[in-house]
Amino acid sequence: MEPILKINNLQTHFFTKAGILKAVDGVSFEIGAGEIVGLVGESGSGKSITGFSVMGLVDPPGKIIDGSINFKGKNLSALSNDQMQNFRGNRIAMIFQDPMMTLNPVLRIETQMIEAIQAHDSGISREDARIRSRDTLGLVGISSPDERLRAYPHQFSGGMRQRVSIAIAMLNRPDLIIADEPTTALDVTIQGQVISEMQKLCRETQTALLWITHDLAVIAGIADRVCVMYAGRIVEQGLVANIIANPMHPYTQGLMGSVPSQNQRGKPLQQINGMVPSMLNLPAGCAFQNRCNYANEKCSKMQPDITQLADSRQVRCFNVPAGQQL
Amino acid sequence: MTAFILRRSLQSIVVLFIMSLIVFVGVNLVGDPVDMLINPEADQAEIDRVIRDLGLDRPVSEQYWYFVLNAFQGDLGRSFIFGEPALKLIVQRMPATMELALVSLLMAVVFGIPLGIYAGLKPNSKISKTIMAASILGFSMPTFWVGIILIMFFSVHLGWLPSTGRGDVATYFGVTSSAFTVNGLSHIFLPAFNLALFKLSSVIRLARAGTREVILQDYIKFARAKGLAESRVVRIHLLKNIMIPVITIIGLEFGSLIAFSTVTETVFAWPGMGKLIIDSIYNLDRPVVVAYLMIIVVIFVMLNLIVDILYSVLDPRVRIKGVS
Repeated sequence: MEPILKINNLQTHFFTKAGILKAVDGVSFEIGAGEIVGLVGESGSGKSITGFSVMGLVDPPGKIIDGSINFKGKNLSALSNDQMQNFRGNRIAMIFQDPMMTLNPVLRIETQMIEAIQAHDSGISREDARIRSRDTLGLVGISSPDERLRAYPHQFSGGMRQRVSIAIAMLNRPDLIIADEPTTALDVTIQGQVISEMQKLCRETQTALLWITHDLAVIAGIADRVCVMYAGRIVEQGLVANIIANPMHPYTQGLMGSVPSQNQRGKPLQQINGMVPSMLNLPAGCAFQNRCNYANEKCSKMQPDITQLADSRQVRCFNVPAGQQL
Repeated sequence: MTAFILRRSLQSIVVLFIMSLIVFVGVNLVGDPVDMLINPEADQAEIDRVIRDLGLDRPVSEQYWYFVLNAFQGDLGRSFIFGEPALKLIVQRMPATMELALVSLLMAVVFGIPLGIYAGLKPNSKISKTIMAASILGFSMPTFWVGIILIMFFSVHLGWLPSTGRGDVATYFGVTSSAFTVNGLSHIFLPAFNLALFKLSSVIRLARAGTREVILQDYIKFARAKGLAESRVVRIHLLKNIMIPVITIIGLEFGSLIAFSTVTETVFAWPGMGKLIIDSIYNLDRPVVVAYLMIIVVIFVMLNLIVDILYSVLDPRVRIKGVS
């Protein structure tokens, strides 16, 4: 099946006073229609910037300098801001991390929903847009949506606000939703609800979902495929089941080991040694070498290329067991 | 809401009472109005008679007591100079000052907010830097000097605009104002601009600071992610959020516009309250000074109340308990 989003060698760099920061450095991956893909990585690994690059919302001094973002046959990175506006919130929607911050505090929920509909359908009446807003609120599990439309964001709890953001993202039946850590700021119980709700909605509407998170456990619960990012590059990607069962990149192994439930009771928690290197001052060769238990001389000299494995799995490491390589 | 306004009104009365005490004592400390009022050739008996008539022979505490008693009946005393009720004198001149203050406030807002937002959205552009530099000038140039320069340039040199007086006035819906006639507008433009300059600068700086802060918020990015046109993001999502500090300052500054328009009114010979108070201070016309200051206090207190109510309209989070 033709993928709905195909990112090829995306390079988004930030031109700061301290130097060029390669936040996204050669990222390539695809999302099929209705597919849920997880993008995992630590803070500063470039996962959110990847999402914003697709939306065309990278703030200066950041800039997409190379690569293509192919969405349903159109290269988004070549579009002007005005042309991009027709896609944003319409064909591609986004949900942000902190539901306390994403809704405008001084506007009623209905204002914020109706404007999202009218921005892409100038012919629709306010009343029709309101009805669609109300129905969508009901869809994401908000009770008495008619009254809630008149409310202001501060009258909702965090979980409810995130539901409202999800409803706003779904208003125009997009083909793709980019969810940037949408459950990180929520209570664990609410997290579970929101995740299963999103999963259900996307399955029903055949909406593709790019789920950006630092939490592998969440990905295990929701995604079909996963991309693991480290220092602006994807170091491993493949089917969730394969990667969870047998993580190959030392960084993925470290991430898996860091999930508390994977550890045995009474034993100290495993962790990845060291710190994320400064993006302005990456070592030559593999960016993960300083924290890697398997690093050898080769790793400090050369940047490892992608190794293709079975089930369209990819790993960016020199130490992939020989028998697994295609 | 009613409870809120009632509580605020009670607080206002306390403020008014304390203020009246300070003003009354303060005014009694400076100078002797009798010297100003009496013919230098008057004999001692004449002087004693005037002092008795004005009630100045009684102790200050007693004078104050009578002042408060009368004030409750709406009588703030009689002008020593004009022999008319002080309140009436001030109220007669109030419309001229009010219209001057309103027009200059309008100028400050209509020009200040767009300029400030522009400077906030494009902080590095040449135009923005020019706007900000000009706003520093607006802050730092003394009002009387700018007034004189304006008169020199627009009235004397170019001869475009008149430099003194209110011009023709017209009355609509019971409001008499020179803003209703072309001639009146040409008279009000220079003094209003002069008075507006300082406020304009503060509105520009506030709008810019607000824009710089709000534009980085997630809800602005989310609004863009919804595919809204940039103009809507700025006009609705940004503007409504930066209006809160702007309203505060505008509201409070409106009081100071009225209270301290004295300099501008003097320079442009504008027949308002400011001119009256300056003359009254020169002549030690105590009742007028006291009445004027009381009125200014009332205006400030009321503006504060209006600002608080406007807050709740603009920002649903501070909506006062019992409103919705």
